Amino acid sequence: MEVLFSLLVGVFFAAAVYLMLSKFLVRILLGVAILGNAVNLLLFTSGRILREVPPVIPAGLDRQVAVTANPLPQALILTAIVISFSFFAFLLVLSYRAFQDLGTDNANDMRVAEPVADSAPPTGY
Amino acid sequence: MHTGMMAMTFVAFCLPFAGALAAPLLTRLLGHRAALPLALFPLAIFLHFAQLLPEIGRGEIVTGGYMWVPHYNVSFSWLIDGLSLTFLLLISGIGALIVLYSGAYLKGHPHQARFFSFILMFMGAMLGLVASDSFLMLFVFWELTSITSFLLIGFDHAREASRRAALQALVVTGGGGLMLLAGLLVIWDVTGVTQLSLLLSFGPEVRASPFYVAILVLVLGGAFTKSAQFPFHFWLPNAMEAPTPVSAYLHSATMVKAGVYLLMRLNPVLGGTTPWETILPAFGGLTLLVGAVLSIRQTDLKLMLAYTTVASLGLLVMLTGFGSEHAAAAAALYLVAHSLFKGALFMVAGLVDHETGTRDITRLGGLGRAMPLTFAAAVLAALSMGGLPPFFGFLAKEEVYVALSGGSLRSAAFMLAAVIGNALMFAVAFAIALKPFLGPRVATPKAPHEGPALLWLGPMLLAACGLAAGLMSAEVHALVTSPLASAIAGQPQAVTVSAMPHASLALLLSAVTILLGVVFFLLLDRARRAADRLVEDIGWGPDRGFDQFMAGLVRFSHRLALLLQPGRMEVYLTVTFVVVAAALLLPIAWYGEWPRLPIWPADAQFHELAVMALALAGVFGVLSATNRLNAILALGIQGFAVALLFLLFGAPDLSFTQFMVETLSVVILTLVMTRLRLQPRDARPLSQKLPDAALAIACGLGFSLYLLRVTQGRFDPVLTEFFNLYSKAIAHAANVVNVIIVDFRGTDTLGEIAVVMATGLAILSLIRIRKSVAGPATTATGATKAAAGEPQR
Repeated sequence: MEVLFSLLVGVFFAAAVYLMLSKFLVRILLGVAILGNAVNLLLFTSGRILREVPPVIPAGLDRQVAVTANPLPQALILTAIVISFSFFAFLLVLSYRAFQDLGTDNANDMRVAEPVADSAPPTGY
Repeated sequence: MHTGMMAMTFVAFCLPFAGALAAPLLTRLLGHRAALPLALFPLAIFLHFAQLLPEIGRGEIVTGGYMWVPHYNVSFSWLIDGLSLTFLLLISGIGALIVLYSGAYLKGHPHQARFFSFILMFMGAMLGLVASDSFLMLFVFWELTSITSFLLIGFDHAREASRRAALQALVVTGGGGLMLLAGLLVIWDVTGVTQLSLLLSFGPEVRASPFYVAILVLVLGGAFTKSAQFPFHFWLPNAMEAPTPVSAYLHSATMVKAGVYLLMRLNPVLGGTTPWETILPAFGGLTLLVGAVLSIRQTDLKLMLAYTTVASLGLLVMLTGFGSEHAAAAAALYLVAHSLFKGALFMVAGLVDHETGTRDITRLGGLGRAMPLTFAAAVLAALSMGGLPPFFGFLAKEEVYVALSGGSLRSAAFMLAAVIGNALMFAVAFAIALKPFLGPRVATPKAPHEGPALLWLGPMLLAACGLAAGLMSAEVHALVTSPLASAIAGQPQAVTVSAMPHASLALLLSAVTILLGVVFFLLLDRARRAADRLVEDIGWGPDRGFDQFMAGLVRFSHRLALLLQPGRMEVYLTVTFVVVAAALLLPIAWYGEWPRLPIWPADAQFHELAVMALALAGVFGVLSATNRLNAILALGIQGFAVALLFLLFGAPDLSFTQFMVETLSVVILTLVMTRLRLQPRDARPLSQKLPDAALAIACGLGFSLYLLRVTQGRFDPVLTEFFNLYSKAIAHAANVVNVIIVDFRGTDTLGEIAVVMATGLAILSLIRIRKSVAGPATTATGATKAAAGEPQR
């Protein structure tokens, strides 16, 4: 199954990168959302894939004896999902405010921090 | 060295910095008279080190110090032999006179306290530099002299010329300092020692090392920039922008000799080889001639002296690298003689400037009657500089000619350079000592009269020392010059030359030098015009080159900044993803770690494939969406498909979280999207779509290959087994994923919660910011503007 997952992850990454290379904020945001899922699937796959056996220790035992899914990537992903969601929400609101104030959703037209007319520094002493 | 003496020596090294700290307070209390108590600091240092004279005269070496960072074997340690001691005495002795001199010279200057501080700091740095035993101390003090020199040259910081000269000196000598650091590190690597006293016995190893040439180039880079050797000589004349006490102290007697000191110190280690005996005399001789010719060209007293200093430094470097029997003795004698007469002449120039308001030699004349003491000091110093018996300069010149009279073609060439250089310096010396004082009176901006005692005391004393040292040459040789020459040569040497002229080739050459010097002196105006024409014909010089270099550096940095930071996000992202693709694909290709050809998994079930297809459909839906509803729907589809995948493959916790998060995302996205306009079509032209797509595919391919390779490799289950074993035993819970999150990695989760909270706060403030800031802020700026504009109208 890892083979199929690997290919799926590649497609997710390609789509995310392609969207993020756009000039328009909305597309970049969509790319960021997909990128989060791509990374999570990457982690999931690299921990190897097993079907239908959640990593829960059966009642009455004090250690895992059966073969189960790998709990480690799951713990990592659980953290990552939440973080990427808050990141996404923040970017979304930031873009929204930028659009409101600058009147554009084209990243190239947003030059407040790095103005276009950046004159050469003075030479001399 | 017993403990009491060691502690005293340590105190002596700290004393100048204590003086620098005390200077502002003393100057506030005493005004320019603060020079008197402040001169006690260098005087005490001078007396302390003078105690070592008999010991060093017997050929002993005094070392001492304290461990500083024992872990890295870094110590504050000193090495005092004939070479170090001579420098220590010159620095502290002349330093005391300079402090007194600048008390009167800068009397009433608003920043006199600052000046005292800087010059004492420099003194401390210079003392540390010439006594350092450990490489690190040597480098630190070396750079500290560059920094204090920068502060002193730029003392009059309101003038642009001053700022330029200060920066130039810093760039040139600081750059050289970095080369020196590299050189010292290579020496450390080759020998394994970090102390000069130990290094002195490693000469053969260093000279035989394959890195010898690298060491040589790096060390010479440091020494030549510091000691203003051609083609790095240009910063020294420009440094004359500093007040004259600085020129007399740093740029003739002490700091510029740091490079010469380094060469002399390392001569026993690096010297004696063909490169050493070729490069040093060649650059030294060239510097001697260039400096002497350029000094003839000047009319400003200080600039004339500055260029003769360049020439003298050239002579010293030439002698240090010449390698003949008498060369070390000649270098030793000339070093001492030069510090005495050049310091005195600089102070004379400053005195003339201070009393008349000009130091242009063509606008000065007939001052002898008004300033007799100054005149006397100038003549005494010039006699030594010109090399007339019985002055100490005569001894030095005799020894120089003895050292250079080898009979070979090489000796003859350098002899010729020395004779011409010395003759030109003779002419300049007497031009400075006679022209302003003799002949008819020329009107000067200020009515001339003899300066205060503090001003003429220094030059008089130094010039008298030049005479006394010549007369008492036997004692001076025993205490100073013989140990100094021994340290330079690396073996015991006795200097014997006396002030009594005796018939020899050297005396004949001295006579020729003086004769030539008199001719140059008489033809000075014509020689000046000739030198002027020569320089104008050449046109470009390293000084202008420095300006071009600095301007080029600024332009280059600006272009580079624009290139790296064009202000366009797509460029940043493209660069980022190119690096990502390269980081993934290049190592795989380089090491040939391609994954095996993937095989279709036989156990893949229909519903799993269907969910994957759903995810793909969602992704393509997002890519091809032409309106916002489709985009949001497609994004939701791929998110829920991922959640289903988690559910199918043993991760229900992930699945629930993903469902929740995707739902929330879609809701927020919908809220925002109703305000934001999604471009109906992807607005990129095809010429941009294709490279973007290629880059995206490269990234995707990179991740796929990487993941395939990883999952085909061996799986290391150590951590998984640990969690499976101990979740119940230690943390008493059955859900391993939850145990990891809330227990084993609880702190991570706390951090995660903090991130979520911070993001929440940021979002909240982003939404509220307009209402709270926009209103009051505009009124506030408007009010300020109105307030600022009111009084003008």
